[in-house]
Amino acid sequence: MLQPSEVAPDFTLYATPDQKITLSEFKGRNVILAFYPADWSPVCSDQMALYNETLPFFKKYDAEIFGISVDSKWCHFAFEQSRNLHFPLLADFEPKGAVAKKYGVYDEDEGECKRALFVINKAGVIAWSYVSPTAINPGADGILDALESLVTIG
Amino acid sequence: MSLHPAINEKDHAKGNLKATLEIVEYGDYQCPYCGAAYPVLNEMMKEFGSQVKFVFRNFPLSEIHPSARIAALAAEAAALQGKFWEMHDAIYNDQSHLHTKDLLQRATSLGLDMDKFANDLEEEDLANRIDADFESGIRSGVNGTPSFFINGKKFDGGADNLLQLLRESTETN
Repeated sequence: MLQPSEVAPDFTLYATPDQKITLSEFKGRNVILAFYPADWSPVCSDQMALYNETLPFFKKYDAEIFGISVDSKWCHFAFEQSRNLHFPLLADFEPKGAVAKKYGVYDEDEGECKRALFVINKAGVIAWSYVSPTAINPGADGILDALESLVTIG
Repeated sequence: MSLHPAINEKDHAKGNLKATLEIVEYGDYQCPYCGAAYPVLNEMMKEFGSQVKFVFRNFPLSEIHPSARIAALAAEAAALQGKFWEMHDAIYNDQSHLHTKDLLQRATSLGLDMDKFANDLEEEDLANRIDADFESGIRSGVNGTPSFFINGKKFDGGADNLLQLLRESTETN
């Protein structure tokens, strides 16, 4: 998995059925990438539902968050609607898992992304990365700590 | 992961308030898993209430549970009239009725001053309190509901595991 101080590899992925997002367009903002195995995991412990509620805290640190899984754009679309998600889910769908592989967080056995977090600073450099056991929702505290330390560094 | 901030006088606590064993639940009033944990926690307090200080903090996931926040406000508004746990119990005893009118009805049954209650539901201070609880949960590593902390340390398990742990630890004593 890519480590702090490495440059975050650029990518372009579908964020909605007809719109793509390119990471480098977000230079000048902090970016959180949350790779996760699959849409439709159980509701109350769902990591994306948690980040949905944490958006105001991310905004305080001028940070955008993107969820990334190998699910297709249409699957993401349905999942976002069902959970009222207010941030984009990116489809690492074709070629499957290509972005997760670049970041070193692809699980070849399952054919899914690992549950991994990256905080990327305004210059496009990885400031913090973390991979959690697939069954464990890593929460948001690590992300907020990382964003906070970016502020103190300046 | 540890609890930030530590238990303080602003928290809603029950059981033995001087106990050295302190358990904190971060919960959501509309979460079915919290609802399932509720009778187990009652059992826990029945068995260990003299040895445990139990604290509840709000962690409403409002986007998936649209009534979670108003229910949390109702419990906090009841708290201003000294009836936090009564409202808390009334809500968890029937999670299928969480509309504002249902909450007002509960408040009436609890004998609350209804003008004050209705006013307090709109109070910014109460909203801020719920937000502060939520933020403290996020910073403490809460990743879903219910989440428990024992003496300030995150407990990786549900209410069943918690009760089992208490039973085992008292057996060995």
